[in-house]
Amino acid sequence: MGAAQQAASDSHEAASASTSSVNTGLNAATRPQAGESAGVLRANAVGSDEAVQLLDEQGHALHDATFSPYIAALSPETIRGFYRDMAIVRRFDAEATALQRQGELALWVPVVGQEAAQIGSGRAMNSADYAFPTYREHGVALTRGLDLADLLKLFRGVSNGGWDPRESNFHLYTLVLAAQTLHAVGYAMGIQRDLAADPATEPAAVVAYFGDGSSSEGDVHESMVFAASYNAPVVFFCQNNNWAISVPFEVQSKVPLVNRAGGYGIPGIRVDGNDVLAVYAVSKWALDHAREGHGPVLIEASTYRVGAHTTADDPTKYRENAEEELWKTRDPLQRLEAYLRAENLADDEFFTQVKNDGDELAAHVRKATLALGGADIRQKFATVYAEAHPLVAEELAWFEKYEASFVDAQNAETEGGAA
Amino acid sequence: MSTMTIAKAITEGLRATLSNDPKSFLMGEDIGSLGGVYRVTEGLKKEFGAHRVMDTPLAESGIIGTAIGMALRGHRPICEIQFDGFVFPAFNQITTQLAKIRTRTDGQLSAPVVIRIPYGGGIGSIEHHSESPEALFAHTAGLRIISPSNANDAYWMIQQAVACKDPVIVFEPKRRYWLKGEVDTENSPGDPFKAHVVREGSDATIVSYGPLVPVALAAANAAAEEGRSVEVIDLRSISPIDFDTVEASVNKTGRLIVTHEAPTFGGIGGEIASRISERCFYSLEAPAIRVGGFHMPYPVARVEEHYLPDIDRMLEALDRAFAY
Repeated sequence: MGAAQQAASDSHEAASASTSSVNTGLNAATRPQAGESAGVLRANAVGSDEAVQLLDEQGHALHDATFSPYIAALSPETIRGFYRDMAIVRRFDAEATALQRQGELALWVPVVGQEAAQIGSGRAMNSADYAFPTYREHGVALTRGLDLADLLKLFRGVSNGGWDPRESNFHLYTLVLAAQTLHAVGYAMGIQRDLAADPATEPAAVVAYFGDGSSSEGDVHESMVFAASYNAPVVFFCQNNNWAISVPFEVQSKVPLVNRAGGYGIPGIRVDGNDVLAVYAVSKWALDHAREGHGPVLIEASTYRVGAHTTADDPTKYRENAEEELWKTRDPLQRLEAYLRAENLADDEFFTQVKNDGDELAAHVRKATLALGGADIRQKFATVYAEAHPLVAEELAWFEKYEASFVDAQNAETEGGAA
Repeated sequence: MSTMTIAKAITEGLRATLSNDPKSFLMGEDIGSLGGVYRVTEGLKKEFGAHRVMDTPLAESGIIGTAIGMALRGHRPICEIQFDGFVFPAFNQITTQLAKIRTRTDGQLSAPVVIRIPYGGGIGSIEHHSESPEALFAHTAGLRIISPSNANDAYWMIQQAVACKDPVIVFEPKRRYWLKGEVDTENSPGDPFKAHVVREGSDATIVSYGPLVPVALAAANAAAEEGRSVEVIDLRSISPIDFDTVEASVNKTGRLIVTHEAPTFGGIGGEIASRISERCFYSLEAPAIRVGGFHMPYPVARVEEHYLPDIDRMLEALDRAFAY
């Protein structure tokens, strides 16, 4: 850790000791104090634990020498697209939550509040790049071109996956926390091997998504060790949403997670995870860095899980309403909308259209989900192994015979009734 | 045909794989310049380069987790876990991820990772260096578990494991690494998931695998001196288990002894005894008898001789079987 980082860290710890239980998620160095202008939250370059910000909470543009050029290169259409994606995934999320409440899904994992972190990082990826999500990356899924209805197959109990990852370069959801971070590093090492074998291979980078809770898992540590050792083209994208179900971030780490990057000898960038422009720029920088052979990068996106961990969770038991209200003022959609309107990049017609598109997607998702059939246990027998397996074959044969015995009994009854 | 130790046969099998399959590579702790703690990969880094024989950070979960990622990208990682008792940091990746990828993807993707694990006791070593955890993995659907007992199988089975589209764990009988045998490098012994009858007999069947196969053969020879004709089956594959070969044998002999170093409770022997009891109920002259480790953590080296099944314990089990 550099001296500046150490100082920031120290001040953070000192502040933590004296502040209320309200968890703002931004450390003391960057936390806005009452009366301060949002412009205090200046963008910072790589290596600092201050969060990069390109839009303040009112949607005013901030300048950063390293990251602003990535936004300057974007067309208004692209920036409007960020808004559209965020709004659509929020609408999708509401529909999925409703489906769960109506008994159509076993569980749902809401993403509300984290749209900017997901859309910004997802849109920064090239088509050849590959993402390994946790189980909450619905926004990233949208950017990878998935039919979002496919995400619900897992939660409706018809598949443990739901899509072919090769079509979207968006891996299946992984429920064992942090396991996917190692898969991501391995996949990135596989890209290196492909490049070594054939220089015509399209360069690509991998994004390993994880959260502040997962950051305590050993696999995250091992994945960073491997990535650093082999200089793997992987971007570790941590959405620090401040809560691991009911446990606040302070229990996972006493310092911003980005500080850990230095321990692995890799660059770390902290970004305001509710600022889609900053997330996009930082992710683009990191992906380019990785893809060009400079090795892994850790991004910590400070955001907030506005909703519950899952539909089975009850945040009122462990956090204060004031905290949720504070974070609602940092809403990623409102921030970008203010920017788009102030810069005359979008008008009412656009926002109406986005709303209609969201409703249309929600209707599609509902229809597709309700139309999903059951699962076939025979297909489950068929997918345990790639090659023939005598035990599976024996158990399937027994099962078929057992099932057929009921059919025979039914037929016998029918015949008996007719006689 | 040439004579080589089991360790050397695995080295040669790995060499053949590295030569034939450009997507294959080895990864593990100390497998490069050192050639592994048992020297099984000796010389391979020099021949194929650090790119194909990778020394990894000291992190078992990291080894298996990154191997899964590389396999998803189309590569063929062959991982070495240094000792049986050190596989557990990777247990999560093996059982919750590797074993389930095919099912999770509804059959669209496979992660054909090969994991080599030297296992078993009898080497006078310290804690965690003598264990037999194969049943823990055999219980997990999606994995294949094999264990060679001789040099020829060792040479071929590692290559067949790499060629298999499913994840395969190869448990290598470390106390037999220096056991010599004939290796036919031209003709494969066939399906690695089929059991072999390694000694024919008519009065009882001993089923074993890995390090105890030579002990079972010695017990059968000793029993022959007492006029008992004992058939010995080398299971070779622990998942799947070739029950058909065992069934045919027990239908002929009427008596079944299953022996392994792993504790009997919850072990492979119980699974075989149960299945064969169903399949061969009318042929059995005695209940199936298990000879295995006790229900204790693997004991200290000074007493391991009392823990490990030996010829006498197998003969005692045969006596019990013949007493019915």
